[in-house]
Amino acid sequence: MKLSGAEIVIETLIEQNVKTIFGYPGGTVIDIYDQLYKKSDRITHVLSAHEQGAAHAADGYARATGEIGVVLATSGPGATNLVTGIATAHLDSVPLLAITGNVANNMIGRDCFQEIDIAGVTLPITKHNFIVHDVNELADTIREAIRIAKSGRPGPVLVDIPKDIQQAKCEFAYKAPVVKTAGEPAPEDKVIEAANMIADSSRPYIYFGGGAVRAGAGALISELADKIDAVIGCSMMGLSELPTKLDRFLGMQGMHGHFASSKAMAKADLIIAIGARFSDRSTGDAKKFCAGARKIHIDIDDAEIGKNVKVDLGVSCDISDFLRKLIEHVDYKRNPNWMTKIEKLLEQEKEFGYGDDFLPELAVKAVSDIVDDDTEIVTDVGQHQMWTAQYYEFKKKRTWISSGGLGTMGFGMGAAIGASFGTGKRSVLITGDGSFGMDMIELATAITYHVPVTVVVVNNGALGMVRQMQNLFYNKTYSNTTLDRKTDFIRLAEAFGCEGYRASDIGQFREAFAKAYEAEGPALVELIIDKDDMVLPMLRPGGAYDRLILDKEDRI
Amino acid sequence: MSNTSYVIAVYVENKSGVLMRVTSMFNRRGFNIDTLTVGETERPEFSRITLTFSGDEDDLNQLVSQLKKLYNVKKVEVISGDIGIRRELMLIKVRNSSETRADLRDAIDVYKAKIVDYSADAMCLEITGDTTKIDAFIDNMKPFGIIEMCRTGIVALERGPESILTK
Repeated sequence: MKLSGAEIVIETLIEQNVKTIFGYPGGTVIDIYDQLYKKSDRITHVLSAHEQGAAHAADGYARATGEIGVVLATSGPGATNLVTGIATAHLDSVPLLAITGNVANNMIGRDCFQEIDIAGVTLPITKHNFIVHDVNELADTIREAIRIAKSGRPGPVLVDIPKDIQQAKCEFAYKAPVVKTAGEPAPEDKVIEAANMIADSSRPYIYFGGGAVRAGAGALISELADKIDAVIGCSMMGLSELPTKLDRFLGMQGMHGHFASSKAMAKADLIIAIGARFSDRSTGDAKKFCAGARKIHIDIDDAEIGKNVKVDLGVSCDISDFLRKLIEHVDYKRNPNWMTKIEKLLEQEKEFGYGDDFLPELAVKAVSDIVDDDTEIVTDVGQHQMWTAQYYEFKKKRTWISSGGLGTMGFGMGAAIGASFGTGKRSVLITGDGSFGMDMIELATAITYHVPVTVVVVNNGALGMVRQMQNLFYNKTYSNTTLDRKTDFIRLAEAFGCEGYRASDIGQFREAFAKAYEAEGPALVELIIDKDDMVLPMLRPGGAYDRLILDKEDRI
Repeated sequence: MSNTSYVIAVYVENKSGVLMRVTSMFNRRGFNIDTLTVGETERPEFSRITLTFSGDEDDLNQLVSQLKKLYNVKKVEVISGDIGIRRELMLIKVRNSSETRADLRDAIDVYKAKIVDYSADAMCLEITGDTTKIDAFIDNMKPFGIIEMCRTGIVALERGPESILTK
């Protein structure tokens, strides 16, 4: 049958099992929107308030489900508004398909109204991108874009479709949904080499990241740790892959990681890195990082091996396959001295807390207590993000959605909406007054669609994370980080169309949050905290693990 | 670690925008590319990019894996000095005068350069060779007065009966 390009776009998405897409209309995508309207019984479109929110929603959808997230925007500003969302997905390896309209082929290059070279703009922040110049190639281009986005190390792919291609007609035939290309199997010789390195070690530490989440490798990691008597830590991107309370799991390491996890990593004699990329937030000074330890690095992406930290054994392959073979080959062993050392670190860790009345910690723990285990916990970026990462008790996989690599303030509200659409369940967004200032407009979207999102605005009247660094490293010169805006978040919530509650102690917060969580659609809780509350411990940017900042007065 | 100069051959799909994807990656990852040439190959669907790059072995490994990640890149091969034939072509315009003409001709003979354009006060020369030969020739031309010059950058092939595309 002959279909128009616009119809082919939608039919191909349906064929590829895409159920929900996020977007915002405009001049060069009217044809596609026309088809979306006609086919709304087979595919759902969620209209955001801003294209950036739609991009983050598609990202949140993908993170929550593991399926591809799809976002649609018009040319020019519609397309450029996607940029931060695409970059966020790129840095966190999220499978995302961004579809943009563009001016007709014969108009390209004339600086037409709302014309932009979005393929050029997104070149460094996509896995790949396409401009479709022939309607006959449109369906296969979309299929190939989806395959690229999902295969290997996932990432965003953009398909730019000029308006004349949307209007041109050609034959269309259904094809099967694309299957993602499988990762390379683990080479036996490397598995044996790794097993030998493990046999030689007495203080093994398994460090995993987002790659382990994408591969769902948590159970294998825990099995390996049991067999070789290792402890486990993760980067922020690895959170929720293992239950917080799992034995041997010391939690997040890195810049604001748990004391015992970071310290154990520094004291280990063997680091087994799985689907993690040794980012600067994980390592501090890469040259001093675990200098005494041998390192094994397993990742699906060959370019990650040796990129940031030199390793003794690097293998790029399917990490689950590697772990399965390694568990088979490695000898059962015990490391009693190592375990004694870990016990001591865990004892020490208890001493460095804020004590029993640190409101951000109590609030995050209250959220942990109240919510269902499969609730998606979404954050924006800043102190609230780190407190959530540190104190929330994860019980189920893929329940943590946060912008790690790019650190995108304004990510959360869109991502929470996308996550809820993906899972069909309630999401909790924990955000700050700074971040919420950037993405609050998507509360309108959540309310329009009755999306069950509970928003917690942790309000300290400041850009807390930067303020903390100004406090510690810039002589308390709080340049442009004190907000103290007059925004009344309760009335704001009401103006948007949902309930809002204010809390300034843990009793009020528990009560308010429980109410907000039970609401049918979105509801908002504002939690007032102190400006000078800090995220601790802290590894000085570019610093080394032998010198963690453990309390507020500790300046180096 | 010391910096070495490497020659890398890259087969890419012969499509518009592919060169930009490759150079954009170099820019984003901060690789220091010294020369880059691109042209047709024995297979019309592929172009071959030959580039030289200075760095240590870790940089080289990183460059090769980043290149391999690009969707339009089909094959990447480091052409080592032992088995590689490397050539560069230069056109150079130098001042010509009755006093210097004899010396100029001597240099042209020694370096097996060709005169491709001639006038009473200038000569355009063509020379082919590896980088050291071209560099030495430029040094020799300096006293005569170089008016203008351009170099193609290195192209390279491996010795032996195979194509790196099928290797």
